[in-house]
Amino acid sequence: MARRENPEINAGSMADIAFLLLIFFLVTTTMNVDSGVSKKLSEKPPPDYVPPIIKEKNIFEVNINRNNELLVEGERMEIKDIKDAAIAFIDNGGGEGKVEDGVSTGPCDYCKGEKSPTSSDHPNKAVISVQSDRGTEYDTYLRVQNELIKAYSELRNRLSKERYGIPFAELEESYKDDRTNTELKKKVEDIKKSYPEIISDAEPTSSN
Amino acid sequence: MSKFGKKKKGMPAVNTAALPDIVFMLLFFFMVTTTMRETDLRLENPRLPNATEVKKLEHKSLVSTIYVGKAKEAKYGDSYNRIQLNDKIATADDVPAFIINERSKVSEAEVPFMTTSIKADKKSNVGTIIDIRLKLRDVNALKISYSASKGNE
Repeated sequence: MARRENPEINAGSMADIAFLLLIFFLVTTTMNVDSGVSKKLSEKPPPDYVPPIIKEKNIFEVNINRNNELLVEGERMEIKDIKDAAIAFIDNGGGEGKVEDGVSTGPCDYCKGEKSPTSSDHPNKAVISVQSDRGTEYDTYLRVQNELIKAYSELRNRLSKERYGIPFAELEESYKDDRTNTELKKKVEDIKKSYPEIISDAEPTSSN
Repeated sequence: MSKFGKKKKGMPAVNTAALPDIVFMLLFFFMVTTTMRETDLRLENPRLPNATEVKKLEHKSLVSTIYVGKAKEAKYGDSYNRIQLNDKIATADDVPAFIINERSKVSEAEVPFMTTSIKADKKSNVGTIIDIRLKLRDVNALKISYSASKGNE
């Protein structure tokens, strides 16, 4: 008996089907990875809330006017210089830290600042206050926020390298991969507590 | 005679059996690297500001997005301060309802981890952002993320 060769299956339309699917995915999906500057808002204060009095020297005042110009501690400044100014302010360590649960944190022994009596007492007392105008461009606002956060991460990295030998970013990353590791958690919290990120947004001015 | 006969057969068909494989490969690439588009943008695609200290947004299902930018339709004017919630242009006053609606979609335990991502155009005004922020604070949606693209300066 002569063997008949199997006729080939016609797969010509397979490509069409695949193309159809491909085009469907091209149209309905987006590629962007969502990333952003994360912030935590403060809770809404109760109506009878009296804000605590903060010493003038513990406030780092940043003003952005509607022409996107910066005024830092009463002086005009460029965005690129604000990071160094913020580091100098946070890391000053000129006095006693705040009292937490009845325990005084004492002076900042890891600060490398100038210890000037006119600048902040302790990183946990240092408040950065950003005031912008309603007409300020969002781009400028975010760039300022970014520089301020950068100042904190630089300080945290430095301290983390000193204490644990690795940058804070890596420390945090390894903690994220291993949430159950209490030792890592302690380290992360220690650094975060040493340089707490206190950036507050003051009520905006409106000049129109 | 036979010479002519052969010529009549013509060229053999090009083997396209590998074509589906290639297309499937592309298809899988797109399936893996992209995410479904949730909303129709009524605004022009916001040009995000650049920032270096960005964090990736985790848990997509817990993220609600507010767009701020210039509306595509001319009737909304040409300022960069229009707010889009879900599929329509809204005002800051609609933000609480939007957040509460988003909350109803996730389980109670996950509500504190919900993040609001604000995708605003570079040219938007801080005033608009602050209006949104005050409304978010009213409904206790305290985790926010200012959407930015990672760049150096």
